[in-house]
Amino acid sequence: MKEIDRFHAAVNDTPATALHIHRAGRKTIGYLCSYAPEEIIYAAGFHPMRLFSSRHEIILAENHLQSYCCSLVRGILEDSLAGRLDFLEGTVFPHTCDSMQRLSDIWRMNGKYRFFADLVLPAKLNTKSAAIYMEKVLTRFKEDLETASGKKITDTDLSEAIAVCNRIRRHLFFIYEWHSQHPGVIRGADLYALVKGAMIMDKKEAADLLAGVAGRLEQSAPPAGRAKRLILSGSVCDTPDIFDAVEKAGGAIVGDDLCTGRRWFDSLVPEDAPPLSAIAQRFRNRMTCPAKHAGLTARADTLVSLVRKHQADGVVFLMLKFCDPHAFDYPYLKQVLDEQGIKSMAFEMDDQQSSQGQFSTRMETFIHML
Amino acid sequence: MSEKPVDKTKIRSAKKMRDLMTTYYLDALSAGQNNKQVAWITSGGPVEPLVAMDIIPVYPENHGAMIGSAKMGEDLCAKAEDMGYSSDLCSYARTDIACAVVKGGPIGGLPKPDMLICCNNICGTVLKWYEVQARFYNVPLFILDTPVCHTGYAPEIAEYVRTQVDEYIVFLENMTKRKLDHDKMTQVGKLSFEAQHLWQKVLNTTAHKPSPMSAFDAFFFLALIVTLRGTPAVVDFYKELIAEMEQRITEGISVVPNEKYRLLWDNLPVWYRLKWLSASFSAHNACLVADTYTSAWCGAIKYIDENNFLDSLAQAYTRIYLNIGVDQMAEEMLDMIRFYDVDGLVMHSNRSCKPYSFGQMDIMNIVRKQTGIPVLMIEADMVDPRSFSQSQVETRIDAFMEIIKQREK
Repeated sequence: MKEIDRFHAAVNDTPATALHIHRAGRKTIGYLCSYAPEEIIYAAGFHPMRLFSSRHEIILAENHLQSYCCSLVRGILEDSLAGRLDFLEGTVFPHTCDSMQRLSDIWRMNGKYRFFADLVLPAKLNTKSAAIYMEKVLTRFKEDLETASGKKITDTDLSEAIAVCNRIRRHLFFIYEWHSQHPGVIRGADLYALVKGAMIMDKKEAADLLAGVAGRLEQSAPPAGRAKRLILSGSVCDTPDIFDAVEKAGGAIVGDDLCTGRRWFDSLVPEDAPPLSAIAQRFRNRMTCPAKHAGLTARADTLVSLVRKHQADGVVFLMLKFCDPHAFDYPYLKQVLDEQGIKSMAFEMDDQQSSQGQFSTRMETFIHML
Repeated sequence: MSEKPVDKTKIRSAKKMRDLMTTYYLDALSAGQNNKQVAWITSGGPVEPLVAMDIIPVYPENHGAMIGSAKMGEDLCAKAEDMGYSSDLCSYARTDIACAVVKGGPIGGLPKPDMLICCNNICGTVLKWYEVQARFYNVPLFILDTPVCHTGYAPEIAEYVRTQVDEYIVFLENMTKRKLDHDKMTQVGKLSFEAQHLWQKVLNTTAHKPSPMSAFDAFFFLALIVTLRGTPAVVDFYKELIAEMEQRITEGISVVPNEKYRLLWDNLPVWYRLKWLSASFSAHNACLVADTYTSAWCGAIKYIDENNFLDSLAQAYTRIYLNIGVDQMAEEMLDMIRFYDVDGLVMHSNRSCKPYSFGQMDIMNIVRKQTGIPVLMIEADMVDPRSFSQSQVETRIDAFMEIIKQREK
């Protein structure tokens, strides 16, 4: 499908994508995690673009971050130091984990780009005072962007940005649902390229293209195969080979709670509330990152309900090595799944190493068990 | 027969400190029998309201340090790994999580908590760790969320944390079914303030040449300011300790017999190799006179208003050493390098503590550039000995000390 190729192309050459968008009038603000309020960046006239590691060898970042820092954080710093992110006008660091927190300091101290902001969001999402605080943090960020762009961000600007971002979310949600009902209608690697591409491409272009993809997919509904229905759980999965390996082993990905998947586009920003409150509201209500606290059972509840809703046969935990928040949650999540009679397997990954062979073997064994 | 000669280099107050800690742990372990409630609290958390409300504070991190010192870390870490926890996670958390299940460790596990108080000013790890324990013990968890002050203390942070201090008090009132006695709170606040001042004074005594104590002693004497600040016992003890240090200075007693070189330590101690590290540096006539870790329990004193403790608590607990930007941490380290007049910096790159260790390499470069002193980085872990290679560290210490010796003083 030619629309999907556009997403792959954007993902494969982010500097070119950024340059293209810059020529059309928007400078790029890079962001580090799915708690970045893209709507505000977009409303300020910038292009919000998620940063990933390009997985080059770690050389320059060795002088800043030890080997026990996750490959995502080290990889992004490597890209920056090597000049591969020189297309950036600036970056914003939403506060999540300890490693990102320190990456933000190192990044700021290196001072490579014109714009820099820390978005010190609350770690708690389930109290009133945290809600008030979150909105103030977003307000401050909006003001910082206004200073950078030299123009006021109006509520109309914000509402338009929210509408565009919500369109992307709605389309992705539909594509995910359709794929869950008709596994095989699209390759897993394509599905995740759509999500990643939507984090990288121009927002309006992504929304329009996704509408096209959704429309075409709706025309086709392959007969139900015998693939085992799986939910992926974890942080960032930026390795398309993983999705291929799941399918090759006889699995179908019918849902996920990944930061590079559903968690990024989960829940809509209410369009009938004051914009900043609405954005904050979505962050509190959407799938939770384990670096945030939304109650003691929030993540397990979400995972079990995903399994039930999509009638999944099992869960595959994709653990990014040295990702503490996910590693802390894993034993509990596994226990809850065990208690519910849901089978799971865990696989530890590293951006820098290709462990596809090992993953394929584990996957095949797991599928046989289901 | 002559009497055994008294070892003058030994610090006499150590025995009293041990007794105080033993009493404290006995009280905590028998809390249930005495109808007292126990709150587990993070090392950077505001303990003063607990003291004022007669709740016994218990510190899993202090417990982790005890496990490390008792060299019981390896087994407990392995046990946590059997439970599914990654070996890359904080070893304090791993040992504590394992201990709760197997009741292991030097004191057979901590007393069961009635509530958990988690302040994330030291790391995000404690949030995950306390979630685990809140589920395990099925007790209420209060989270005091102190946003990181990368470049300053923004008004929205001040307001958010101040509101949470009130929420904290309400939480404790609900847990104890008692109202906070504000007079008692004021009194506890004053005692905490005084104790932090005295602790700073204890640490300051090592600016004297030769130093009457070392960072290794500070790691030991730290337990009181962490666990019991806000009680009179801490104030009394540190007064005695200061008197002893002043006496040692007057009598010219140093902790390292021929102190020639003075060093600064960064990060948590390597609990299971304290003696060995101390001896290794002493053999080179080097004394680790100060560290960035123990000073964290008096570093935010400038923000405390002893007459308005609860209001000022918000800022004092939010702007602690680890909850600030790396550049600010470097500034504080440079101040220490000047104040203690050190010849070198030893950094413990601690696999267990990411917010403390990431940024160290940038700090190292700043220190080298601004002071020219040599910097040594040791790869280890505070409790899990499996990431410690003694022969490698020994070689590196020797090489580092050679460089220091070759430098013109």
